Amino acid sequence: MRVTLEHYLVVSALLFGLGLWIALAKRNAIIILMGVELMLNAVNLALIAFSRFAAMPGGRPPLAGHVFVIFVITVAAAEAAVALALAVAVYRNRATVDIDQINLLKL
Amino acid sequence: MEGFGVVSAFWVLSAVAVVSALGIIVSRNLLHAVLWLILTFVALAGLFITLTADFVAVAQVLVYAGAVGVLVVFAIMLTPSSARTNAETRFFGPGLLVAAAFSTVLAYVALATDWPVVARDAFQTTAQEIGSLLVTRYVLAFELASLVLIVAMVGAIVLVRGGRTVPEEQVEAAAPAESEPEQRQEQTTAVQVH
Repeated sequence: MRVTLEHYLVVSALLFGLGLWIALAKRNAIIILMGVELMLNAVNLALIAFSRFAAMPGGRPPLAGHVFVIFVITVAAAEAAVALALAVAVYRNRATVDIDQINLLKL
Repeated sequence: MEGFGVVSAFWVLSAVAVVSALGIIVSRNLLHAVLWLILTFVALAGLFITLTADFVAVAQVLVYAGAVGVLVVFAIMLTPSSARTNAETRFFGPGLLVAAAFSTVLAYVALATDWPVVARDAFQTTAQEIGSLLVTRYVLAFELASLVLIVAMVGAIVLVRGGRTVPEEQVEAAAPAESEPEQRQEQTTAVQVH
């Protein structure tokens, strides 16, 4: 029994689909952010799997995938901080973070 | 990758990761959903270890399971009068269809493509080489990432700092039944508060 690149890619696709479903179907803005973080994690898994198994194009070092993942983690953490600050700021004005009720721009 | 330990670890950790992600969707309590998310992060860190990416696995546990998970719990605690049930919008069914179609297409492409696989040994020194790559080849991205962090920090502080908190009548009026003139008055009050 072997584990190849395709195994990791299918797991990554599954997790990405689940994160996408959370981001589309949930009502609370904070849960939507959690879905986005799950999608980013799925992408990280795919990047590390490629870094481990696949040949790097253009003569790049094989650890370029790890560096990419470090940057994705950094940007995801920064984005989570700003998104949650936004959720708290919206809560201060609307007393809710339910996206069905934050509809002032609706025609 | 062969070897009974690695293969069984892969299957167990993948199952834990997928089941935890399903737990986020299925659980009826917001805080339980956050705990399932943290379990997903830890399972993914385990999957990174099976790929011998030890530095990234530790960074994942520290940043994601540690900081981002706690940040989400803080945000939930700072929004107390919002509903704590993990309710869905009306896009539950269409969202499932779209997500299932998307991940099916992704998995099909991943399985059908002939990836240029190279027989490579496990990574021996990750932290050292990542460090040297960050200051030689990817130094521009490194500096820009520090800029992104500063901007995010300042932005989050500015967003959370200003304005008064929700007045009492708005907190009570956030209950489901709410009449039209009261809503309009509440909106003008919200504009004046900020």
